[in-house]
Amino acid sequence: MTDSTTLIKKGDDNKQNDNIVVEMIHLKKSFENNHVLQDINLVVNKGENVVILGQSGTGKSVLIKCIVGLVEIDDGKLILFGQDISLLKNTELVQIYRKIGFLFQSAALYDSMSVRENLEFPLKRQQRNLKKEEMDLLVKEALHDVGLEKAIDLSPSELSGGMRKRVGLARTLILKPEIMLYDEPTTGLDPITSKEISNLILEVQKKYNTSSIIITHDIECAKLIANRVIVIKDGVCAAEGSYADLEKSTDPWIRSFFE
Amino acid sequence: MENSSKTISDSVLRKFFLEVYSISAFTLRFFKEVLKPPYELNELLKQSFLVGYKSLPLIAITGFIIGLVLTIQSRPTLAKFGAESWLPAMVAVSIIREIGPVITALIFAGKVGSGIGAELASMKVTEQIDAMQVSDTNPFKYLVVTRVLSATLMLPLLVIFADALGLCGSYIGINIKGDVSAYLYFSQVFQSLEFNDVIPAIIKTVFFGFAIGIIGSYKGYNSNKGTEGVGKAANTSVVFASLMVFIIDMIAVQIASLLQN
Repeated sequence: MTDSTTLIKKGDDNKQNDNIVVEMIHLKKSFENNHVLQDINLVVNKGENVVILGQSGTGKSVLIKCIVGLVEIDDGKLILFGQDISLLKNTELVQIYRKIGFLFQSAALYDSMSVRENLEFPLKRQQRNLKKEEMDLLVKEALHDVGLEKAIDLSPSELSGGMRKRVGLARTLILKPEIMLYDEPTTGLDPITSKEISNLILEVQKKYNTSSIIITHDIECAKLIANRVIVIKDGVCAAEGSYADLEKSTDPWIRSFFE
Repeated sequence: MENSSKTISDSVLRKFFLEVYSISAFTLRFFKEVLKPPYELNELLKQSFLVGYKSLPLIAITGFIIGLVLTIQSRPTLAKFGAESWLPAMVAVSIIREIGPVITALIFAGKVGSGIGAELASMKVTEQIDAMQVSDTNPFKYLVVTRVLSATLMLPLLVIFADALGLCGSYIGINIKGDVSAYLYFSQVFQSLEFNDVIPAIIKTVFFGFAIGIIGSYKGYNSNKGTEGVGKAANTSVVFASLMVFIIDMIAVQIASLLQN
């Protein structure tokens, strides 16, 4: 009896572990004397949209940059797709990072390239054997997903802020990532465009079955897309729960985000 | 008072040596990355086109004017000694050995060095360099190696072009107040030039180009302070690259004269 119970429990644990795509355990990061991330513990499950809230300068962007390897962690564990990244070789790390997409705050489109070239750039790097026609098809599909097929030959300077974000999203989606990281996707946009981008994030998640971590100050965006909200304060996860739960928090500081 | 001035000079020295250290590390990284595959040949060709071909009009006009003005300005002095016939030889040696390479390098530093500095700094500010890294691309190899290589390869070619146009300008300058055939003029020019005038002058431009490329890239790639940093990167790229051109020139002249002796 005991044995079978243990077996069932082990099976459940494995299932639960398979479901976790990002796990941070006691993660720390400092820049000289500025201890930005002091003790971050968080888990992101497959297909989940996790919104991270917090005041400016609390290290939210640093946190997602750690996930994609743009910032090296000082201490703690970062587990991606069940693998501790500190134990991986460079080639294995590259394979892991290929499954992660990143939408930058400024969209980070390459100014010297057209929209088409921007989308082709990551494809040429990661799928070197692709034929021109296949690449063309993928570019058009990604632009169709963000509703910008007609902008294919424009240059980034000809795009509005919202369009730039969409193209940035298309450039990330073209590689079919399993995790999407959004760094303030609606910052600097008007409320209507912000809502469009938020809806787009939801559509993307449904179509590609991605897990997402979204850093935002836009509470409407958080309300619309969050399965779970994490609030960061002084380098630690100060609160975690559904949007509805945190909105009713007894802590006035946490409630202030939702007012 | 004495203590505070000592602290300031210490911090200036510290900053200077830190800068020297980091630019040396940056240069070392260039040599490591340049040999490692994959080679970004398409980007190298694109940058060579932008750096070389797009600089042609500016270099052509400058080279031509320098030859013309140098001839017109030198004529009265040579005339005083009755040595006007030496004008083609004097101008040719001046242009090929010194004025052509240095002036072209300074213009190149102003146009290309500042361009590289500003472009990379603005890419850094707008997170394009980070985006490249996330796209499985080594941004140092793609952006820095290609730009430094194209600057190194293109400047010698531009200098040869500028020298040729400088000699054409000089020919016109001579004919403003005289009547010298093109055949006679160029015969005198080529008779006056030796192997030792041409080759060291071209070799030193390879180092000029490398210094301009590496300084522009270093300043841009390591820029911070947001948009303010973009202007600062462009500005400091030109200042330091121009300074380096003179320093390399001084060393090259010493080495060349030592070898000739």
